[in-house]
Amino acid sequence: MNTAVSSTAASSPVGGPLPGTLSGLQRWPVWVTPLAGLIIAYGLIPWLATDYWFDAILIPFLALSLAAVGLNLLTGYAGQLSLGSAAFMAVGAFAAYNFNLRLPGLPLLVSMVLAGGVATLVGVAFGLPSLRLRGFYLAVSTLAAQFFVQWALTKFGWFSNNNASGVIDAPRLVVAGLAFDTPVLRYVFALSIVSVLTALVWRLVHTPTGHHFIAIRDNELAARVTGVPVLRTKLLAFAISSFVIGVAGVLWGFVYLRTVEPAGFNLDRSFQILFIIIIGGLSSIRGAFLGAALIVVFPLLLSRLGQFLFGGWFDSGVLDLSQRIVLGLAIVGFLIAEPQGLVALWSRALARIERLLARRSRAPAQTTS
Amino acid sequence: MSIRKSLKLALLAGALALGAVTQAQAQQQEQFFPLQSYRVGPYAAGGTGFFGGFIDYLNLVNTREGGVGGVKLTWEEGETQYEVERGVEVYERLKTHPGIATWNPLSVGIAYALLDRVTADKVPLITINHGRTDTTDGRVFKYIFPLLLNPYSETSGIVNYIGSKEGSLDKLKGKKIVVLYHGSPYGKETIPIYELLAKKYGFTVQQIEVPHPGNEQQSQWLSIRRAKPDYVVLRGWGVMNPVALKTAQKVGFPADHIVGNVWSNSEEDVIPAGDAAKGYVAITTVAAGAQYPVIQDITKQLYEQGKGNLQDHKRIGSVYHNLGVLNGILNVEAIRIAQAKFGKRTLTGDEVRWGLENLKIDQARAAALGAKGLFHSINVSWDNHEGDGLVAFQQWDGSKWKVVSDWIAPDWKLLRPIIEKSSLAYAKEKNLKVRKSIDD
Repeated sequence: MNTAVSSTAASSPVGGPLPGTLSGLQRWPVWVTPLAGLIIAYGLIPWLATDYWFDAILIPFLALSLAAVGLNLLTGYAGQLSLGSAAFMAVGAFAAYNFNLRLPGLPLLVSMVLAGGVATLVGVAFGLPSLRLRGFYLAVSTLAAQFFVQWALTKFGWFSNNNASGVIDAPRLVVAGLAFDTPVLRYVFALSIVSVLTALVWRLVHTPTGHHFIAIRDNELAARVTGVPVLRTKLLAFAISSFVIGVAGVLWGFVYLRTVEPAGFNLDRSFQILFIIIIGGLSSIRGAFLGAALIVVFPLLLSRLGQFLFGGWFDSGVLDLSQRIVLGLAIVGFLIAEPQGLVALWSRALARIERLLARRSRAPAQTTS
Repeated sequence: MSIRKSLKLALLAGALALGAVTQAQAQQQEQFFPLQSYRVGPYAAGGTGFFGGFIDYLNLVNTREGGVGGVKLTWEEGETQYEVERGVEVYERLKTHPGIATWNPLSVGIAYALLDRVTADKVPLITINHGRTDTTDGRVFKYIFPLLLNPYSETSGIVNYIGSKEGSLDKLKGKKIVVLYHGSPYGKETIPIYELLAKKYGFTVQQIEVPHPGNEQQSQWLSIRRAKPDYVVLRGWGVMNPVALKTAQKVGFPADHIVGNVWSNSEEDVIPAGDAAKGYVAITTVAAGAQYPVIQDITKQLYEQGKGNLQDHKRIGSVYHNLGVLNGILNVEAIRIAQAKFGKRTLTGDEVRWGLENLKIDQARAAALGAKGLFHSINVSWDNHEGDGLVAFQQWDGSKWKVVSDWIAPDWKLLRPIIEKSSLAYAKEKNLKVRKSIDD
């Protein structure tokens, strides 16, 4: 009945079972780029980056990337628009806090997984309307999750252990006796969690279930006719997506801010994550990372640049406001120029390099013949 | 062309290098204040006034005396918009700067996020007139200073004032008080203490939240009208305050039965409300007005030379501006006290912490600093990081604040055991050692 809305998401051309495998890149196995990324992330960055980079840029980047990977699964792959991501992050963060607090001796990783489980339950509950609603109507119903969760966390003091301010303190990050106390270690902790979950999600989208997600996004009726269990698949998308986003919330609260208040997970954060996947590229895992990098780093770069160039003339407030204008303009301009997101830009750049290399290697052969 | 270009580049590089060298030399004798300020967003009025006053005082000390003991005071601002993530980013950005004296975020949310960070980095964090109440216990919170007035003391002061208006505290029995609070960590901080005081004095209390930022309060004030309270305590912040006063007028609740807390007591809170604010009373730790010698000095030596920080000169001597100046006084005096022990040089954060834990300004010293009447006194110790600040009540007459009470003391004896219970629970949860003396 409302196929027009759902087919807008379907028309994203980068979407497909194997994102990034453009024809020119067939010779590179798909795992080369992620592997290179991991080698740089584990082998190079810990030696190069400063504490500021870890604590103020890389860790929030990782947490938001993970949240975007989760939302991308739901919105990009399965075509279910959600505005409740921040709520699921909040559920994850507060659940992990409570598991950690109320079950002493529970290992941190277990409480993170359990927190993801709680986020899954909440996600499925709020995913139920998706069985009847689509597109913008569904988006509006996920808004209910956003407001309800924030309200519940504020209203019932139990969630924050009756802390007067409703703010919780994150516990220390200790896994198997190893304390992740320094910025580098915290970064490595976040990186490991993000890598594992991203690998799982990546694997998932290449299974039949992942193909079901895409089938539902592209044409729900056709999917139903070809035997895709639509209801089950939709709820599964909500469940897995909420799990990933919930864990991202734990990272945001425990590893990045190391304190959590419900107001930190407001609608702005939900929009931020949605923008990340739109800018990065829908239904693409690397798009989530590219988008998060842009959203986290670009404002800081602008702020530094502004401070450097105009710091003497304007106070920080004027600089901040002009940054917002520049950022907004940049995003609008970018979306007009490249509506398929950063990931399309990235693939095109890779393809061009590939062609260039191919021409180079062919050129000497031609001259000799 | 290309030669000229490269020459230009070389010159530029040289100038930059030179700048870096002179900066490095100057840093030898500098004490640095990283400022997590907010000049835009819903709380800009508080941010510009407070940080304006703070910067003005640091500037005055530099201009008048060449710094503290020859050590120049420097600062750099980072915009937070009162948002926790931005505050954390600014912290991480500025924390590597050498010679940091103290952090003054003026936001409970940011202060919470910095709690562990400043403790690990051994630099004091000051939350003047606000903050997390149990950080008053210096035995547990070595680096956190809710100077002058913590939220519980403020609550006690307000209840005592309402009691005195009714005749005595016994007369509070059977009365009804509504607390309208800001929906933020700051706003919620006093919920348990109002409940406790209500039980102790036998009045009923109803606490109503106004979601951040608070520019829509129709439903809250309709509930207040239904509840028919004797007093409304306004625990607001920013735009929430004038909206509350205006909405109160609309539903017919008298302004002189609304008592504002310490973040609802500025000119910026009442002027936008117009005549709806006439008669409104608010608690304060710092008096408004430009007649105090230190404010006069700031006017003459900075604003008349075009060096003042506030853009609107009418705000000189306003509550926020004076509070910023007072925050400057407390910071500078702590450094002065620490310098007397450690020498006249750039101090470490831990040395400034020692200065803060010995920060004693009696009325004579306040007068010597040109701040007699601006505030009463402060007496910080290693285990009491609040410092026994006294409060006064001021009433808005439509054009200015008029002090309507003496300087009065909150009921510290009643509050201290509650604070200690909470701080010791925190120490247990975090596995912290409870300090036994200033040297711990």
